[in-house]
Amino acid sequence: MSKRRLSNTQYAILFTLLATLFATLSVALAQGPTPTDDEVNKIAKKLYCPVCENTPLDVCPTEACRQWREQIREMLSEGKTEDEIIQYFIDTYGVRASGDPPNKVASYLIPAVAILAGTALLLRALQMWKKPKMAESTVPAKEAKHVHQDEYFNRLEEELKKRK
Amino acid sequence: MTETSTPRRAVPLWIQIVIWIFLVGLLAIVAVELSRRQQGTVQPGEVIDDFALTFYSGYELDGKTEIKFSDLRGKVVVLNFWASWCKPCEQEAAELQQAWTEYEPTGEVVFLGVDYVDTETDARVYLKKFGITYANGADLATKISQYFRIKGVPETYFVDKDGVLRFVQVGPFVSIHQIRAQIDPLLK
Repeated sequence: MSKRRLSNTQYAILFTLLATLFATLSVALAQGPTPTDDEVNKIAKKLYCPVCENTPLDVCPTEACRQWREQIREMLSEGKTEDEIIQYFIDTYGVRASGDPPNKVASYLIPAVAILAGTALLLRALQMWKKPKMAESTVPAKEAKHVHQDEYFNRLEEELKKRK
Repeated sequence: MTETSTPRRAVPLWIQIVIWIFLVGLLAIVAVELSRRQQGTVQPGEVIDDFALTFYSGYELDGKTEIKFSDLRGKVVVLNFWASWCKPCEQEAAELQQAWTEYEPTGEVVFLGVDYVDTETDARVYLKKFGITYANGADLATKISQYFRIKGVPETYFVDKDGVLRFVQVGPFVSIHQIRAQIDPLLK
């Protein structure tokens, strides 16, 4: 049985093939498995479309959102965490990407105080509508009835006198 | 059972004043915000405030990776907002590049592309596809577009040598003549 030896060229080709295979495997292993749509959407639902207002990224059909979702997929495959990805989107596209208002204190405090002030005004108005009749007298209710009756009779008598 | 009624207690004056001041303030805030939303873009005649633009690698301006708008005083600036997902932007991409090729040798005009809410990967594909060579960078945190109050993309702003906005093109250019018609008067 004759032994065949590889020529230098064949060695070179073999070495190149092995090097390419090794490089490809290294890149593939470094990137990890491709994230699924569910994994991408889990983060996408916490972000908002840059073009259509108030549309979460996971359900937005625009091209811009598709690109953003691909960006999330890419970052996940690079091993970035959810917090890192969301922070990247905020840094790159502004706070509105996260759905948070730019000024949290003003955005939450003003409506809260407005509701409290409105409620206070409404209660005050209701009190003003209810109280006038009761505020006229401080006598007990039974006596008050007599007082009202007396006043009625007095006024009636006065009217009758005038007509005479 | 006796039903008694108590005399009305008046709300202290200072509380009433605070409530009214607050309500008037709230209305003022709503009015200002409504007015701002209806204002439209920055208007011609306004001096453009300073802002910074960071360029994509390979699309720098005179080798600088970042510039301040104030550094460009003395030159006519054509500021174009675009995005790779924007179909109308594609309509004017060739015209803008052609105009840049015409005006670049003069040294008096600067074209700046501001990429609006885009991913760099797709932006690069777009820039390569249309052979764009003028300076381009991302509108980080949408600060620049918020300042200009853009209503969408594409929008192009022509700023004169003194930093005063002279013309706003909303929507794509349909011909290079439209671009020349805005730049040439600013060079005289």
